[in-house]
Amino acid sequence: MAAVTAGSGSGSGPAGSPEATGGSTGGGGWRRPHGPLQRYYGPSTAEAAEASPDPTDINGPHFDPEVFMTKVRNECPLGQLLAREAALGREIRALDSDMQTLLYENYNKFISATDTIRKMKVDFRHMEAEMDDLAANMAAISASSARVSAALQDRHRRGAQLAGVQALLRKLQALVEVPGRLRCWAGTEPARALRCHARARAVLRHYRHLPSFRAIEDESHAIMADLAQRLRTRLREEKLDPKELTECVEMLLQLEEPAEELSEEFLSQAGARLEAELAALEAELPTADPSGTATTPPPPASDILDFVDRGSSAFVGTLCQLASSYRALFGGDTGRLEPFAAALATRYFALLERRLALERGLGDTSLLVRALDRFHRRLRALLELLPAGADAAAALVARAARERVDRYLRALQTFFLGCLGDVRQALAAPRPPGKEGPGLPDLLATLAASVLGQLKAVLAYVQLFTARDVAFASLPYFKGEFCVTAVREGLVVAFVRWLCRTARGFADGPAERGAPAAPPALLLLLARLCLDYENSTISYILTLTDEQFPPQDSGPAVTPGPALCAEARAAAQRLLDHYVQVQGAAVAQMLRKSVETRDWLGTVEPRNVRAVMKRVVEDITAIDVQVGQLFEEGVRRAQSSDSSRRAFSVYSSSRAPGRYAPSYTPSAPMDTHLLSNIQKLFSERIDIFSPVEFNKVSVLTGIIKISLKTLLECVRLRTLGRFGLQQVQVDGHYLQLYLWRFASDERVVQGLLDEVAASAAHRCLDPVPMEHSVVELICERG
Amino acid sequence: MEDDAPVIYGLEFQARALTPQTAETDAIRFLVGTQSLRYDNQIHIIDFDDENNIINKNVLLHQVGEIWHISTSPADKGVLATCYNKTSDTKVMTCAAVWRMPKELESGSHESPDDSSSNTQTLELLCHLDNTAHGNMACVMWEPMGDGKKIISLADNNILLWDLEESSAKAVLSSSAALEGKGQLKFTSGRWSPHHNCTQIATANDTTVRGWDTRSMRQIYCIENAHGQLVRDLDFNPNKQYYLASCGDDCKVKFWDTRNVTEPVKTLEEHSHWVWNVRYNHSHDQLILTGSSDSRVILSNMVSISSEPFGHMVDDDELSDQEDQHQEEKIFVYRPFRIKEPLQDSVIATYEEHEDSVYAVEWSSADPWLFASLSYDGRLVINRVPRALKYHILL
Repeated sequence: MAAVTAGSGSGSGPAGSPEATGGSTGGGGWRRPHGPLQRYYGPSTAEAAEASPDPTDINGPHFDPEVFMTKVRNECPLGQLLAREAALGREIRALDSDMQTLLYENYNKFISATDTIRKMKVDFRHMEAEMDDLAANMAAISASSARVSAALQDRHRRGAQLAGVQALLRKLQALVEVPGRLRCWAGTEPARALRCHARARAVLRHYRHLPSFRAIEDESHAIMADLAQRLRTRLREEKLDPKELTECVEMLLQLEEPAEELSEEFLSQAGARLEAELAALEAELPTADPSGTATTPPPPASDILDFVDRGSSAFVGTLCQLASSYRALFGGDTGRLEPFAAALATRYFALLERRLALERGLGDTSLLVRALDRFHRRLRALLELLPAGADAAAALVARAARERVDRYLRALQTFFLGCLGDVRQALAAPRPPGKEGPGLPDLLATLAASVLGQLKAVLAYVQLFTARDVAFASLPYFKGEFCVTAVREGLVVAFVRWLCRTARGFADGPAERGAPAAPPALLLLLARLCLDYENSTISYILTLTDEQFPPQDSGPAVTPGPALCAEARAAAQRLLDHYVQVQGAAVAQMLRKSVETRDWLGTVEPRNVRAVMKRVVEDITAIDVQVGQLFEEGVRRAQSSDSSRRAFSVYSSSRAPGRYAPSYTPSAPMDTHLLSNIQKLFSERIDIFSPVEFNKVSVLTGIIKISLKTLLECVRLRTLGRFGLQQVQVDGHYLQLYLWRFASDERVVQGLLDEVAASAAHRCLDPVPMEHSVVELICERG
Repeated sequence: MEDDAPVIYGLEFQARALTPQTAETDAIRFLVGTQSLRYDNQIHIIDFDDENNIINKNVLLHQVGEIWHISTSPADKGVLATCYNKTSDTKVMTCAAVWRMPKELESGSHESPDDSSSNTQTLELLCHLDNTAHGNMACVMWEPMGDGKKIISLADNNILLWDLEESSAKAVLSSSAALEGKGQLKFTSGRWSPHHNCTQIATANDTTVRGWDTRSMRQIYCIENAHGQLVRDLDFNPNKQYYLASCGDDCKVKFWDTRNVTEPVKTLEEHSHWVWNVRYNHSHDQLILTGSSDSRVILSNMVSISSEPFGHMVDDDELSDQEDQHQEEKIFVYRPFRIKEPLQDSVIATYEEHEDSVYAVEWSSADPWLFASLSYDGRLVINRVPRALKYHILL
């Protein structure tokens, strides 16, 4: 009802709207015009309603009472029908009462609306007259206004003219004041004076034909010249920091001083400053000592990172700043700047190089890498100005890295020599009886492991140079050449080569020319080490290196692994051969002395095996143990020990009469040769000092061959008595008994001992051999 | 072109001593001394007929004992010296004596080999080198290029210089020197240098090589530890006065410059056992002959340290003057050599005809392209330098 009263109170037109909202239930006619809108805003519901008109919807537009009735009758039970009927009745009654109320209300409104319209008609008539009045008044006003403005126009023009004159006069005033201001500012604020002068200058120049202006111009010129003079003095004499310098030169440029001259001044001033920076850096370096007398310069005051830091922040920073302001000041013409900067940069590089050279020890590589990295980064800004320096800088970094790698190589070598020294000491250390020192396998394992560990550590250090976060690692040098030439070839391959060479050196070098010879155990150890390198270590190291430092496809050629392996194998072979020779020579020496020093003619009947033979067997047994610690057993010629034993006994029992018979049959001197020659026809030629294989049996065979051949040659140089021959016989049998088991082919031992026996018989004045049973008895007893 | 097959001669006895007949420059003749404890020892005079490839031999009895060393006079074809063992029941003594062979054998007689055994002749003793005070004789050296009046013998640790007087009938000890030092020092071998007016000799004892001046009998240089083990033999380069070769039990042959003896100039390591003998070719000093107890003889070409390091200097004119009949052959064969000139130091050939230790090798004094080697079992092998190499050196 509030809406109704408001509507009636205002008397305005749209009175139906509150009804439309208030009584939506019965307002079917009102809703009609809203249909399109509703369709527009809610098309889905409208369309749904239109698509399937439901005749049973009692509120729907398509309601069909017949259908509805049929449906209800068909579907609903009686109780529900009754309830529905009651509900419908109630609803109809309610609707009726609503309708009556609305009818009543609308009637009232209609009456009040009629009243309002009637009242309006009266008012409009009155208003029309007033409007006419107003129009007449307005016409009068505009006429008088036109008259007024016509009267005022002339005065307005004169006023405007006067204002213009005043402005001009003010400008003139400012111009007149210029010299004063300039004078005032020139001392304290040259920049402001310059701005002022710049503003005034054009005008002054324009009106310079007027004497008064000329005077002003001249005066200000004089002031400015004075200012320029002062600025120049400042430029020349004072120490200016780069910013002041730039300002100063900029002002001078504005004063139209010759740019050429200024740029020179600028550079010399800048040069002085940079020189000072360099001198400060140089002061940290020890004085260059050309004579090289100072063998150990004192350690640098600060570490390399600090040095590079200072150098880059002070020198490089200043240089960059100066170079960029130079560019800003003098435009793109860098013809003068470039050589200037290049010269200074070169000196800086030289200083840095000297500082790097001081990094003698291995120090902290990460520090060095960081220092180089910083250097390289800071330099980038400079390099934009100075493209020529890029190569020099990259070369500097590369050299430093290369130098470091070389130093690592030397350190590795020293380390290896140190390890070798330890091994030698361990080998030479006197051992308390009954207490074994560290065995050869342990020593070998320790040596190999520590060398490999050291190599890995070095590789890890060197890898810092190619780390991802290091700026210069992206240089092409560090991607390709550094990995291949410096690290793989220069460090890893060089080390392995050096190792092989060093090892070989023990076999090739000193043995005979006085220098202390390497102990045989060391030769054996190194032979095994080299062999292990050939078998696995080299390929492992190379794989590791290639992983950590991937080689470029198009990079320089690398040493292939097999070539290195071949070197290692050659070294191992040489060492092992040398080991055989040294050990063989030791035993041979013993045998030679024993044969040479004995009086074979006057000796008594043998009762024992000579002590030296026992010693020989002992030594060879010891060598067998030693070699067995490091090398595999190896293959003997296919003979079971059982059968060889039998063959041996058959041989030894049949030998004595069979072999010696012809040699002391006076009638047939030729038979001996015949026999031995026939025997030789069937035996292979034995090379005494021949390369051995990498196994115990082969090594031992080599040593035994050398020893027995020596015995043979020595016996041939002597003349024996009967007992001398018998002694040789006993000794030979003893050796036969104990040495066959060490040799790869016992026939070698047997053949050589046969020759010894035959030669002894030849060299005997009275060749009566001992009963074989006695020989056996003596040997068993001894 | 095939090289001639080696010629082999077998002795009945074992033998170590071999020498060319130094004074003979036309015929190829070697002397071999045998070692036998139970039979009369012999000296075989081996004449080699190069054209027919035949050996003629004459046998001389050497009844005083087994021969350890033999050398011939450079002046008189008939005179030779031997070191021999004199054996008693309890003692062996090595003595030395100078001998003369029968006149008719001096230049070789060409009797048929079969009846040589029947008429063995005996050596005529000229003089003994009295060594009762000096010990066992190791070797006797004749003054090279001398008149056959001076000899040096090495006895234990003594160097004895003898003058042969009264047509070698008397040996007078003119000077001597003794090697003093720790232990029992014993010379193993020595050589008389043909240079410096024949005033220098070199000796070997144990691992040391020493040079001596025969005028003062003082040591002039000493190569300590020349070899890792015993030094077995020495030889002087006939054309380069300071060059000396040595060999020893370390299987190596080393070449020394006696002016600087800290390091050998070159080392050869080809043998697989002790090297007993090393000999320079008398004319072409790049040819080195070595014999070893590995039963091998090795001929090496050491051009780089020879007196002809760049080959023989011949210009083309001279070449075209060569005999025509060889021309074709030459072109055919020598091309490979010419391409790789100058020759590298290398082993030219390894001779494996021996089956026992080779204790002596010698170049012929008459034919520089021919040499003999002797192994312990009494086998003497005469070999030639491969013809291809020979022509390469000559042309």
